[in-house]
Amino acid sequence: MEKYLLLFRNSTVSEEAYQAMSPEEMQANLDLWNQWIGGIAAQGKLVGGEALKNSGKVINGSKHVVTDGPFAESKELVSGFLMVQVDNQEEAIALSTGCPIFDIEGSVEVRPITSTNQ
Amino acid sequence: MIDLPANTTVEHLFRHESGKMLAVLVKLFGLSQVEIAEDIVQETLLNALETWKIKGLPDDPRAWLYRSAKNRTIDYLRRERNFKERIAPQYQSNAQPLESSWLDGYFLDSEIEDAQLRMMFATCHPDIPLESQLALMLRTLCGLSTQEIAAAFLIPTDSIIKRLYRAKEKIREEKLSLEVPMGQELLSRLDAVLQAIYLLFNEGYKSASSDSIVRHELCAEAIRLGTLLGKNPLSDLPKTHALMALMCFHASRLDSRMNAEGEIILLEHQDRSTWNQQLIALGNTHFKQSSQGNDISVYHVEAAIASYHVGAPDFTHTNWQAIFYCYNLLYNLSPSPVVAFNRAIALGYAEGANAGIEAILKVEGLEKSHLYHTALGDFYQKTGDAISAKMAYSRALELAALPAEQKVIRQKLNNEQKNG
Repeated sequence: MEKYLLLFRNSTVSEEAYQAMSPEEMQANLDLWNQWIGGIAAQGKLVGGEALKNSGKVINGSKHVVTDGPFAESKELVSGFLMVQVDNQEEAIALSTGCPIFDIEGSVEVRPITSTNQ
Repeated sequence: MIDLPANTTVEHLFRHESGKMLAVLVKLFGLSQVEIAEDIVQETLLNALETWKIKGLPDDPRAWLYRSAKNRTIDYLRRERNFKERIAPQYQSNAQPLESSWLDGYFLDSEIEDAQLRMMFATCHPDIPLESQLALMLRTLCGLSTQEIAAAFLIPTDSIIKRLYRAKEKIREEKLSLEVPMGQELLSRLDAVLQAIYLLFNEGYKSASSDSIVRHELCAEAIRLGTLLGKNPLSDLPKTHALMALMCFHASRLDSRMNAEGEIILLEHQDRSTWNQQLIALGNTHFKQSSQGNDISVYHVEAAIASYHVGAPDFTHTNWQAIFYCYNLLYNLSPSPVVAFNRAIALGYAEGANAGIEAILKVEGLEKSHLYHTALGDFYQKTGDAISAKMAYSRALELAALPAEQKVIRQKLNNEQKNG
């Protein structure tokens, strides 16, 4: 079994889409996510996940310059992540294709987590 | 399809809670600041969506939302420099730190209901045009978006935006507040509130449309608001319960009025076993509560008529005599061509088709309605006058606007041509 990190990236389009949602549409969107993640959990492949707030700081350089962001310049905002446990990368990708983020032009980045056994 | 008030599932949680939070925040900020309240509610819901979509629903989603709304409100107030003078003089005198617990009182169940009630009375202010009242109710109390309201009313979104804008302008111009009126004014305002809820329900109940789900939502919302009114001592009056009874009885038949293909099923052919018994029972409870006092409102009479229909074992065993009597009462309370027309139909079923035809022909002002000519056709058909029946159905077909309506009439016309 290998662990993979699925990073959810919202585009500016998806940010706007979220802002414009009615309460009912938000709930419908929530249901889609819960179903998708629930499905992964039901197969015993979910390790965990967190949602990230849209505000934060970036610390840069040896002078430790603190700036808002990185979101100000970035067009793709990481809104959260999941960690899954699967047989291989193909399976991690296959799981990701069901993510509702694609309905609103977001993307999922699939990254293998390195293991000390390798 | 219709949520019963006792239903505590999370279905429509976002929508219902957005209406509640908005009412609470408007009570805090004032009616003229409704946009601030809307922004805070939207942020709160978005925050919930972002978190819950990955972490799943918390144990108590409502409490989570309220906590989040309180925190956002405090953040907003901290940013507002002059908040102390404008919003919270009582805060200044107590000089407590500005914590979200300061807002706890606003989010008690009883206070939420109070806020919603105030909102209802405010939206039905006589200075706000009726069509704007309905849009404002759906937007602020029920959490529907402008697009959803437009879809439910079958009109362009732009028109809804204009209606909402006009209402909000009126609120600002006239400096309308959320005060619940007292005494005689309370009673007349309550009439306006009941009327708005009744219209909301009718808007959803009106015959066939392509998107019946949105329309059912209107009926459900009307029942929800009516339930709220019935629970509050200020508005817990017999006519409030009469309106509730009427809506419950009608709503019990909502799902049986159309088949899976979206075709209309007339009362005569509806499968009565599919009528929602829970809603009928709830209607009966309200009907009993409505019978206190001496006042008889149009809602009382309409509820009585609806109760005869839902109580009948089948179409032919409906108590048409009693229904005819009710329509007479209704006509005395509120004379209109539509009431006269319905009375004529009831008479036709009670006394025979010829009496029905005679009575319908006396009704003036509905010659452009397809329902008028369809009913005439039905009675002519019963008397065996195939030629008149065909003429009436043909006229009805010309006047019917919706495809589902045209289909029903065309079937009647075809049957007549086959038999004649």
